[in-house]
Amino acid sequence: MRDLMMKQEALKAAFPYTLPVLTGYLFLGFSFGILLNGIGYHFLWALLMSTVIYAGAMQFVAIAILAGPFNLPGVIFLTLSVNARHLFYGLSVLDKYKDMGKKKLYMIFSLTDETYSLVCGITPPEGIEKNWFYFFISLLNQSYWITGSLLGSVIGSLLTFNTKGIDFVLTALFVVIFVEQWEKSGKNHLPALAGIAFTLLALLLFGQKSFIIISMVLQLIFLSLLAPWLGGQSDDSDSGHH
Amino acid sequence: MTVIQAIISIAAIAVFTFLLRAAPFFLFSKGKTVPPYVKYMGSVLPFAVMGMLIVYSLKSVVITSFPYGLPEGIAILFVVTVQKWKHNLLISILGGTVLYMVLVQTVFAA
Repeated sequence: MRDLMMKQEALKAAFPYTLPVLTGYLFLGFSFGILLNGIGYHFLWALLMSTVIYAGAMQFVAIAILAGPFNLPGVIFLTLSVNARHLFYGLSVLDKYKDMGKKKLYMIFSLTDETYSLVCGITPPEGIEKNWFYFFISLLNQSYWITGSLLGSVIGSLLTFNTKGIDFVLTALFVVIFVEQWEKSGKNHLPALAGIAFTLLALLLFGQKSFIIISMVLQLIFLSLLAPWLGGQSDDSDSGHH
Repeated sequence: MTVIQAIISIAAIAVFTFLLRAAPFFLFSKGKTVPPYVKYMGSVLPFAVMGMLIVYSLKSVVITSFPYGLPEGIAILFVVTVQKWKHNLLISILGGTVLYMVLVQTVFAA
């Protein structure tokens, strides 16, 4: 009984923090559903993908994959390139997730860009059990994503309007996160600028096929060299604050 | 692509996405403290990666011929300005996308 109350309290406390993601995911998921429907994959496919993949950018890339010829190594390589950033998300929530118990597997699975930024950026209110608080943030976010993609898929099959340019939704999403991070990172914008600069450079020099991997290597080297200046104090008291 | 091939593709995406998300937990679990270098990377890389993803999402834009990346430039300027001003995810993303769609369908229609 007390356990149930505690979970309800955590859910209630988590919900308001997820409102920005609610609106964002409904719209992004909706766009995804429309585009997926556009290549002839109905709502059950949208449901399947949003449930088992649950990675916004990658699901948009997956639409192009499904529309093309079957190429398993290509799919794996694309997934690794597009989602490589997730490696680093885990790193910064290791401490936060360390005593999640049975929830841990789902917490790791559901670590999307938006969930990551929420989990990193907020601490649960006084008196709220933190593990359940973070769990409900993750669960609510995925429920918005699934709902949005289902709506887009179903409504997209009923409506016919010109969706040319709707894929800009992905750029807009990244730009918004970038701006938010820019403001949070205080005076130090070098990592953010390096991300843009090295990727542009790699794209110009090596073309669309391999530029992501090359850019990531360049960023790793560059940021490693900067460690003595940017790293400095790594306090062990609590992690994940930017 | 057949239904089976589509399902295999989706399964591969799901599995490898999960493996990437889970890797740090396998590598640095068992209560061991995370090395300072790894911790440092975890704190700076998200900034760099978001910059990278913006470029990634624009990789097909051709700036040497009409419309010279203008629709993208205008829409991004809109998103940045509105986000800095209102700090509202929905207004920025929805507004930016609708603006972009209008631009490529009317003003800059090929």
